[in-house]
Amino acid sequence: MTDTVIKVEDLSKSYLIGHQSQERYTALRDVMANKVKSLGERLLHPFRSSEGGLIAADVTEEFWALKDVSFEVKRGDRVGIIGRNGAGKSTLLKILSRITEPTSGRIEIEGRVASLLEVGTGFHPELTGRENIYLNGAILGMGKAEIKRKFDEIVAFAEVERFLDTPVKRYSSGMYVRLAFAVAAHLEPEILVVDEVLAVGDAQFQKKCLGKMEEVSRGGRTVLFVSHNMSAIQKLCTQGALFDHGLLKFHGNIQSAIFNYTGKLDQLTRVDFECCKSHPCIKFVIVEPDALRRGDLLIKIGFESPFPLNPPIPGIVISSLAGANVFGSNPRFHSHKLDGMKSSSGVVQMFAKSLPLVSGQYRLSVWLGDWHVDYDHKIDVFSFEFKSGLREPLRPNPESVGYLDWSAEWSYS
Amino acid sequence: MTQKLIIEAGRTERHYWRDLWRYRELFYFLAWRDILVRYKQTVIGIAWAVIRPVLTMVVFTVVFGKLAKLPSEGAAPYAVMVYSAMLPWQFFANSLSEASNSLIGNANLISKVYFPRLIIPTSAVITSFVDFLISALILVGIMAWYQFWPSWRVLTLPFFIAIAFAAAMGVGLWLTALNVKYRDFRYIVPFIVQFGLYISPVGFSSSIVPEQYRLLYSLNPMVGVIDGFRWAILGGESNIYLPGFLLSLAVVLFFLGYGIVYFRKTERKFADII
Repeated sequence: MTDTVIKVEDLSKSYLIGHQSQERYTALRDVMANKVKSLGERLLHPFRSSEGGLIAADVTEEFWALKDVSFEVKRGDRVGIIGRNGAGKSTLLKILSRITEPTSGRIEIEGRVASLLEVGTGFHPELTGRENIYLNGAILGMGKAEIKRKFDEIVAFAEVERFLDTPVKRYSSGMYVRLAFAVAAHLEPEILVVDEVLAVGDAQFQKKCLGKMEEVSRGGRTVLFVSHNMSAIQKLCTQGALFDHGLLKFHGNIQSAIFNYTGKLDQLTRVDFECCKSHPCIKFVIVEPDALRRGDLLIKIGFESPFPLNPPIPGIVISSLAGANVFGSNPRFHSHKLDGMKSSSGVVQMFAKSLPLVSGQYRLSVWLGDWHVDYDHKIDVFSFEFKSGLREPLRPNPESVGYLDWSAEWSYS
Repeated sequence: MTQKLIIEAGRTERHYWRDLWRYRELFYFLAWRDILVRYKQTVIGIAWAVIRPVLTMVVFTVVFGKLAKLPSEGAAPYAVMVYSAMLPWQFFANSLSEASNSLIGNANLISKVYFPRLIIPTSAVITSFVDFLISALILVGIMAWYQFWPSWRVLTLPFFIAIAFAAAMGVGLWLTALNVKYRDFRYIVPFIVQFGLYISPVGFSSSIVPEQYRLLYSLNPMVGVIDGFRWAILGGESNIYLPGFLLSLAVVLFFLGYGIVYFRKTERKFADII
């Protein structure tokens, strides 16, 4: 028995995108029309070779959702798959779970694969919670006896005891998601494939799900996890695979994968936004690069509003790449004199000298409001590299010691 | 314990039939869901399974038997003759319409979970089969009403039911696969069902078809099935036209084989085109 459980070789998947027809299915009429047309062509020009391919190329275009992807996953690995929308993550999972077949390439998988690509697939709204547990379990590949055995555990995990005999169409969305995840989580596959299911559900539930997935992988099983929640990925996964436009850009340690991904979004120090005329909004955000190099933070926020803001109050939050907030500020925090600052457009500047942050990549989010209302916000505008003024050489990873860079004196007695 | 799975382009799934076995309970669960859901929020519930064939039978008996005065088969009451054909026909017609819509109705499953796709249309046929069994009880009631007792031949009925099942599966699978690709079949299937009711010997006995056309008429697979049902239920009075029956049987088997092959061939692309 080898240690490699998934081996992907030169995997590609292409879709044909039609530029004329909007609908994905073919209409019989078109097929018949084309057949007749080509028959007519052949009758009229019996000696010309078939040019049907040319005609088809005009209307359809090949789109490579995945191109020449190769990687291996070892037993017990927890692989986080990251990348922007349309990078090919979901296509990869679909091929791995045999929903669709690749255009070329080969995958070898050892063991049973269970995939959870969507929460509550196969749930029927008219059926009760109890009935749906059986139905969903069967769809995911469990036997009736197996479901019966785990039934109580599933119900306890989902916390829906009281509503077992209520049709799920009357469930709150939280209950619905909990029940759906609970069924899938109690499958016992050798390989678990999960696609962005944590986007739903509250924080406590997300934590529970992550815990369950960790438990699954501790038993020597393999987990493949797609998410845009970097903090969750970082917590759960040991390995990372970064996809971009159908290509595998990076495969290896999860920290480096996340760095490769989020670090790539920018190299920008200025971002402009489109404003609508009817609503106060943030026009641009600048992080002054010169200040950054000195260990200071100088941020300029431009705003515009159809009515005067009294006073305009922007705010910023700096967060780590993993998603933890590390620093936030707005003029109200720092007893700035705000009376009589009424204005409907302008630039507000924030300067923080020698910010005690560890060197590294951070992300910036920006808000705009007045005393009472938040009008606009831009989450994760971009990420930037911050160089600490202290430059301590032996600084360990901020994920383990935190983000605060403060000198401390130690003495021995 | 661990099995090696290889995914490659254009590879016919070697584990397909084993997977089908592994997912065997899904047949039951999907059929169970469809039955459970079908009559929720209806007032008379499962009675709908009975009302449709009974009313059709009444109309046919009045129109063909009383007004047109077509002959029944031997001494069998016209109503019994009609209903014994109504049974397999309704089963066939319901199977076709349910199966052909089943994949589209379960599109979310197909694009999100793997299991042998054959299960979905098959479950639709099984659902129709449950309706068939319920309607069959009504036949017993009608026969009791007319005090018409079947002969030993009724024991051969399971054989004809099996043929009806094969016919429904074969044509059903084929139309299902076609419907995924060409949505035209959404309109074609109801047409086939409507049209078929009149070109199959449901309201009348196939013995009124002129002798020289009977072989041709038997190309309709339901002719063999219905003649078989009548032969088994109506007893000594009904005669089966053997060459025609064998031809119908051959057509049924051809459709079953072709339906499965065609379905398997297109199945791998379902998730992309649905």
